[in-house]
Amino acid sequence: MDTYYHPPDLAKFAEVGKDAPELWEKFLGWYNAVFAEGALTEREKALIALAVSHAVQCPYCIDAYTSGSLEKGATPDQMTEAVHVAAAIRGGASLVHAVQMRNKIEKIGM
Amino acid sequence: MALPTLINTRSPLAAPAAQRARLEALPLARTFESALGEAGRQPLTRVAARVLQVNLGKRCNQACHHCHVDAGPDRTEVMPDDVVEATLAVLAQSDIPTLDITGGAPELHPRFRDIVARARGMGRHVMDRCNLTITTLPNYADLPEFLAAHGVEVVASLPSYAASQTDRQRGDGVFDASLRALRHFNALGYGRPGTGLVLNLVTNPVGAFLPANQAALERDWTRELKRRYDVSFNHLFTITNMPISRYLEWLEQSGNVTVYMEKLVQAFNPATVEGLMCRDTISVAWDGRLFDCDFNQMLDLPVDARGPRTITDLLTTPALLSHPVTTGPHCFGCTAGAGSSCGGSTVG
Repeated sequence: MDTYYHPPDLAKFAEVGKDAPELWEKFLGWYNAVFAEGALTEREKALIALAVSHAVQCPYCIDAYTSGSLEKGATPDQMTEAVHVAAAIRGGASLVHAVQMRNKIEKIGM
Repeated sequence: MALPTLINTRSPLAAPAAQRARLEALPLARTFESALGEAGRQPLTRVAARVLQVNLGKRCNQACHHCHVDAGPDRTEVMPDDVVEATLAVLAQSDIPTLDITGGAPELHPRFRDIVARARGMGRHVMDRCNLTITTLPNYADLPEFLAAHGVEVVASLPSYAASQTDRQRGDGVFDASLRALRHFNALGYGRPGTGLVLNLVTNPVGAFLPANQAALERDWTRELKRRYDVSFNHLFTITNMPISRYLEWLEQSGNVTVYMEKLVQAFNPATVEGLMCRDTISVAWDGRLFDCDFNQMLDLPVDARGPRTITDLLTTPALLSHPVTTGPHCFGCTAGAGSSCGGSTVG
């Protein structure tokens, strides 16, 4: 292995449960319930997951929810817009801290 | 611009035997027959035929990336008159309620309108598997009017309501031409409530993944086609791409063949077996040979040798096909997830 991230490792996710099976089962039950159709459709949830995957920059999640979004019927333009939402929030989160900067300028400036 | 067919590019995969060999050589976790056995459904038995599906030939005005027929403008296989007559005679003497006409683009067959009119004259339900763009060719511009006059159900191919996705799979400009055709059908009453004119759409994934839930997708498509293009339709059928012909070639060239087949095998759903189309369909090839489905037809996997082998045999055989269905690794395509058939998913 020449990298921490290795694509075949995604298929080994369930092995994480070996040393704490009860916690794994609780996680899996909750996870599956989260993604079941409810007030939001499975497609909408997959697109949210895809956007969050990019925000947290998880290669495994991007791999899984690119396939997952397509398999729930999302189109590439919808998926790209979802990633832009994540990117806009990340960008906005940086930019809104400029208020803190401006407050500081006000305080210490003449 | 039309894409070259496997046969035209002299691809080794143009030969059905080569395709079967590639599929058999894949290191899959289990065979389709063992999966059926574990589900208690081996051998796969037939029920009374409900659909006579006739493939009129491999000629098509398009050449889609995923085509399991390897159809295209350069194909010359067309059902001859004697096979057409035998097919209509079998339909007349049987109680099979539905004639499902496919191709290629079946409308390119010189006897297409005659076949439709005679089958409707027998009181049978007729389905035309239409690529939509055929209606934009000058000699076929009145096809929607003909189909409407004869009350034919139109089953039209449209992989995505996103233009880029449809063109990626079916060729540049296909989405816009399809949209013009859909509006033409809508103007005649197809896909509109209360007209009795049925316009169903067929979508298959643009890539190496399984189709979405059919009911959820139908809701999205109904909303989006109306909102974006003011187009309406009756039902959406999701169909899994079959690892045959040009789609198999694409799977191999893109490095997806093993992963895709493993996905199909892992998604085997025993509940889909009951509704498999091969159990109640008789598939007739352009040359009159009989198959259990259009996919077996393209892989040259004929019906069980103990029964009738050609449409002409069926004229003299009192009982229709009663022997087990011929199966292979490609059959995992129809049993994955919610199942797949020419009428879309087969379970919930």
